[in-house]
Amino acid sequence: MSLRRPAKEQPEKFEFNSSSLEAANAIIANYPKGKQQSAVMALLYIAQRQNNNWIPLAAMKYIAKFLDMPYIKVYEVATFYTMYNLAPVGKYFVQVCTTTPCMIRGAYKLVEACKEKISENESELSSNKNCSWMEVECLGACVNAPMMQINDDYFEDLDKEKTLKILDKILKGETPKPGSYRGRINNEPENSRKTLMDLKNA
Amino acid sequence: MLKDQDRIFQNLYNDLGTDIISSEKRGDWTNTKDLIDKGRDWIIDEIKLSQLRGRGGAGFPTGLKWSFAPKEVGSRPHYLVINGDESEPGTCKDRDIFRFEPHKLIEGCLLASFAVQAHVCYIYIRGEYFVDGQKLQAAINEAYKKNLIGKNAAGTGWDLDIFIHYGAGAYICGEETALLESIEGNKGQPRLKPPFPALIGLYGCPTIINNVETIAVVPTILRRGGKWFASLGREKNTGTKIFCISGNVNNPCNVEEEMNISLKELIEIHAGGVVGGWDNLQAVIPGGSSMPLIPKEKCETLTMDFDSLVAEKSGLGTAGIVVINKDQDIIKCMARIARFYKHESCGQCTPCREGSGWMWRMLERMAKGEASKDEVEMLGDVTKQIEGHTICAFGEGSSWPVQGLLRHFKDEIKKRNKFDPIVKENKNIPYLVDQHLLDKNA
Repeated sequence: MSLRRPAKEQPEKFEFNSSSLEAANAIIANYPKGKQQSAVMALLYIAQRQNNNWIPLAAMKYIAKFLDMPYIKVYEVATFYTMYNLAPVGKYFVQVCTTTPCMIRGAYKLVEACKEKISENESELSSNKNCSWMEVECLGACVNAPMMQINDDYFEDLDKEKTLKILDKILKGETPKPGSYRGRINNEPENSRKTLMDLKNA
Repeated sequence: MLKDQDRIFQNLYNDLGTDIISSEKRGDWTNTKDLIDKGRDWIIDEIKLSQLRGRGGAGFPTGLKWSFAPKEVGSRPHYLVINGDESEPGTCKDRDIFRFEPHKLIEGCLLASFAVQAHVCYIYIRGEYFVDGQKLQAAINEAYKKNLIGKNAAGTGWDLDIFIHYGAGAYICGEETALLESIEGNKGQPRLKPPFPALIGLYGCPTIINNVETIAVVPTILRRGGKWFASLGREKNTGTKIFCISGNVNNPCNVEEEMNISLKELIEIHAGGVVGGWDNLQAVIPGGSSMPLIPKEKCETLTMDFDSLVAEKSGLGTAGIVVINKDQDIIKCMARIARFYKHESCGQCTPCREGSGWMWRMLERMAKGEASKDEVEMLGDVTKQIEGHTICAFGEGSSWPVQGLLRHFKDEIKKRNKFDPIVKENKNIPYLVDQHLLDKNA
């Protein structure tokens, strides 16, 4: 299990804005009548997006009322799943996968790069306050290892040098291009494809 | 090597485009109505004939699973749930289906929903695949627009709604009952079985849960016939499978191949060989991190299917092959996998919650050579205490890789961890509380 704690400093109030409200109602309609509790995960995401990528306790209380369910159940869900940030993270939130398939292809070099550029410790804001990084478990892009995720996008086939360049960009507030950084197409074997050749050349 | 025309996922590398028009050119949605007109029993029989086994890891026969759904819909509606919570380290096949072959999955959902009489289908996607999920959502919207799903889907008279439910970074939600809990809006802790989800599942209703790849191959099987699918591979291990080859290979890749293909062919031909040559190979994890590793000697002749890997005391799992060469410290690799399981244990059953952390700490010490020689046996004992003593298969999943390490690399561990804590050296071992009694100066 992973240890997760809510932030010490919490805002007093939270409320969905109009676009969040619209999205929330659309999600609830996906589930059968009376089962609106199913939408709690999606609503936590909506709250997280609205609130600079983290979920304050006030938002959990708000969602509990919104879905007519006990607050403790929302709290339980928010603390169980690791993608809900319970404390503020950077505007650019860097997650480096270090599980074995990435590790044996040099994921810890990426961690070094993050330590050099962003901050010495995980989940700590960079000096210009817009980035933070953390080590995470398998992100499911093992054939593109080593890789990292910045907000929603995957950055694949990295090494330390390329990571430093990407981090430089986000520290300046630019948005780097997601995808493979070795120029290969998706998950195909680089320069040695043996299958579906007719389609490739078509 | 499998012939290109026998590959189901023609767009695995996205040469052709993912939108509905290019998907139709590849044959998706061409005669869905004809297939459904042949009836429910025909679909299930054809899947049984194809001997398709679930692609999510356990390899349960899909046709059999579908036939467990109640024949008549009673007071409770039926549900179809697609498991796309792909979190097993070494596996990244479902992501490519979401990205590049979404219409195969959506059409499969329609056919499977009809076969198990479900009008609502939930696709559970891991939260990290948000961008890929959006691509699938775009494909679902396209299908709604063309009336391929929705009311009277594809002119078949069957109503089907498909919704995406995003997970939020919990590996355990790949377990089918934990996944149901997660959709119901609870934390993802597995349920006891029985009752099985086919009778009491989502919201207490009959629910069939299948992996993404399983469902995505269904339309092609029905079009080309169960016999065609069964002619690939070997008896009870039929058809094709997407293999993900990662780790220390020259060209890591996803590739669709026939079942029962030799491991050496996969690595040498498709993945461009082991880094440093075949002789530099140390071990291979054949089916995602939960499966015990296989040492080099056995990799020479190994074929990749469910039964031949079980014979080697491992398993095909999700077919995520992780190649580890001799430049890597094998104990450290397994310690990292143990850390993964420690992090992802849901905390419901004590053996797994405590044991996974215990195994991780011991392996970390062993990697550094700080463990005592007794601990090697103790580690084996801990794995046995976890295995089979938990609600879900996660207990096995966390202890099998460690057992595999002990089975094949015990000498390596013993060589590194020699000291005898009690008699010879006075190291501070946390669990030996009585060590002070040995203090000669006392």
